[in-house]
Amino acid sequence: MDNKELNSPGYEIPPELQGQLAVTTLDRIYNWGRRSSVWPMMFGLACCAIEMIAAQAARYDLARFGMEVMRPSPRQSDLMIVSGTVTKKMIPVIVRLYNQMPEPKYVVAMGACASGGGPFKEGYNVVSGVDKFIPVDVYIPGCPPTPQALVAGLIKLQEKIDKQSIKQVRWYRKGADSVEIPVPVLGPDLIDMRRSAEIKKTAARKPQQPAEAEA
Amino acid sequence: MTTPAPTAALDLAARFPGAVTPDERPSYSGWMVDKAKLLEFAAFVRDELGYDLLSSITGVDYLDDEKMEVVYHAYKTTGGPALVFKVQIPRVDPVEVPSLTPIWPGAELQEREAWDLLGIKFNGHPDLRRILMWEGFEGHPLRKDWQEPFYEEDNKPFKSRWPDGQFSTAEDKNPYNDNLQYPQKFDPEKWVPEADAALYGALAKYTEIDDESGLKTDRVVVNLGPQHPSTHGVFRAVVVMDGETILSLKPVMGYLHRNHEKIGERNTFLQNMPYTDRLDYFCSMTNNFGYALAVEKLMGVEVAERAEYIRVIMSELTRIQNHLILIGMLLNDLGTYFTPALYAFEERELILDIFEEASGSRMMCNYYRFGGVVRDIPEETLQKIKDLVFDRLPRKIDEMDRFLSENEVLVSRLKDVGVLSAEDAIRYSMSGPSLRASGVPYDVRRADPYGIYDRFDFDVAVRYNGDTFDRYMIRIDEMRQSLRILEQAVKQIPGGPFMTGKPMYQVRVPAGEAFGRIEAPKGELGFYVVSTGKPNPWRYHVRAPSFINMTVLEKMCEGSKIADFVAIFGSIDVVLGEMDR
Repeated sequence: MDNKELNSPGYEIPPELQGQLAVTTLDRIYNWGRRSSVWPMMFGLACCAIEMIAAQAARYDLARFGMEVMRPSPRQSDLMIVSGTVTKKMIPVIVRLYNQMPEPKYVVAMGACASGGGPFKEGYNVVSGVDKFIPVDVYIPGCPPTPQALVAGLIKLQEKIDKQSIKQVRWYRKGADSVEIPVPVLGPDLIDMRRSAEIKKTAARKPQQPAEAEA
Repeated sequence: MTTPAPTAALDLAARFPGAVTPDERPSYSGWMVDKAKLLEFAAFVRDELGYDLLSSITGVDYLDDEKMEVVYHAYKTTGGPALVFKVQIPRVDPVEVPSLTPIWPGAELQEREAWDLLGIKFNGHPDLRRILMWEGFEGHPLRKDWQEPFYEEDNKPFKSRWPDGQFSTAEDKNPYNDNLQYPQKFDPEKWVPEADAALYGALAKYTEIDDESGLKTDRVVVNLGPQHPSTHGVFRAVVVMDGETILSLKPVMGYLHRNHEKIGERNTFLQNMPYTDRLDYFCSMTNNFGYALAVEKLMGVEVAERAEYIRVIMSELTRIQNHLILIGMLLNDLGTYFTPALYAFEERELILDIFEEASGSRMMCNYYRFGGVVRDIPEETLQKIKDLVFDRLPRKIDEMDRFLSENEVLVSRLKDVGVLSAEDAIRYSMSGPSLRASGVPYDVRRADPYGIYDRFDFDVAVRYNGDTFDRYMIRIDEMRQSLRILEQAVKQIPGGPFMTGKPMYQVRVPAGEAFGRIEAPKGELGFYVVSTGKPNPWRYHVRAPSFINMTVLEKMCEGSKIADFVAIFGSIDVVLGEMDR
């Protein structure tokens, strides 16, 4: 949103105040502030993280979009770019980091692995997509996505922020789902605590199970 | 130095009657050692035959023969081919083998990996815990009878997908639909995770110490990572400190364990090629090279002349961009936030342009094939390479050297920090630039030449202090040597075909074993491949330099300040995709 657009609310402004006064809606000014200063977390998982760094470097220069301030601490970041394969050993850490981020917070799944497991999906230590555990706003395809693709994905995120309204986003609603996501536990395999009842039920009637799983 | 020692004359069988026999399976080589004599044999091999560098340890599960096999590759640091020896044990739990850590401390992490993934127990190992998976994980995944949750069939291509079956995936049949299975009667609410009890147990000897006064001194345990800006990804180090001084350190890895080997054993030989890209994701070209060498050895295929040159050109460009990034990132960790890294990335982009023109992808090149490369490099690209090699890169490397190497802050942060002696470097199976910075002129390109490296004139860069500064300087030396090789290669490159035979989707690989190794930018990268003559490898193991170079990390960090850990770790040059695989 450029300045001209920001300052043209569609109301009639008296001539003596023109050029000195801006009238806009709260949503627009608020979204404009947020979308232009998205601070991503400095959080690299795998190959995609290298392309994320390349996107920060001189040729692609992510700073043009107000997104260059990488923060190593989740407490200071607005955006988590999940850049790489999410493994079962790592997902408790990722969920914890996500819980630690202050709202409003956004998640971008960068690359095939973070979006759905990618080439490593069949692996025994790989979570098939980070969205199994945390909500994702933008998915960027590619293995790894080029820096251009990452930039395009982040612009999509800005467009998404532009459309949000303070009245409707979940983090300003009373009693809304600002509940923390339960951190998965590493057991004999990965345990998603939200599904413990289901797991218990299926595990109880397991004896005839193995044949079915191998079929 | 290039002449290999006359190993063929050895008769190890006569030296150890009854306990050591030649491996007589067709297309296998090396010696079969009785497990009771293993330690004695290893000591003999190291001390009297001079095979001082234990390169690789891995296990193979021969399910049909009811046997487990542990395979060792040892080399001489003066050069020459490997001495391969193996121990076979019945495949009945517990599968036990004596640990080689008393002879080669560098065996530590590799033996832990074999225990974790194959369930081979190494008696006498000081700290035998799981390394890539977590404590409490069920089963040993690389065993052939262990099936992962998404298991469909033993080998690809899966019949359910190809060529015309009704499309179905194991994912749909999985009860939780998300790659998970639990043991019978499992109750998640009663499960007590083992968490890091074993890890902290391994560090327990440091936690409290009685002083002479009888006062107890607390030791501080700090976890660096897995989310930490200076661990280059998801590495985690648990450090025990007295004040700011590091008393002990345990590397914790596996946060990026992507099951490379298990997936690789389901894939066909050619399908593995793109997966190797993702090992060390800075250097996909050299990863391809190592794997192609191993499979070419098995197939006995000759590589086309032009392709040999293209391979060398791509490998050396990879080395230059890797070292550039290393220097940039090391400086980043030291606090020159981003400026050197930006300069490094500028040059890297130009090299990536070349990769993209040749292979179609910036990072994941998937460029090598068995017998050549997948595409020729166009004339314009060759011209670009020439411009870079003869003009731009030498200037830029000099510039980096001039700006950084004498910088007071850099020198004071790096000099005499994390010193690694030559003896320790060899004992701990260090490889690559870090080994050479300790004064051991061991470079696979020279010691055991592969491809056409014996045709080029270059020096093996060596530095002698073994400190972090030398590990930094050797990268600059190596970039200059790489440029020398490149200058010769782009001048000599002949025309002609870039591939032997016609390209095939399904290569025929005869039964046997092969170990292909190259000097990757991070160290000695080896691929151990066992074929049974089927379209898929029976065993596919990666000897990853980033992983094995971590064995010595604790030793290098002991007694340093915690802030120096970052510099030491950065100077070893690891990449997590390769460390965890």
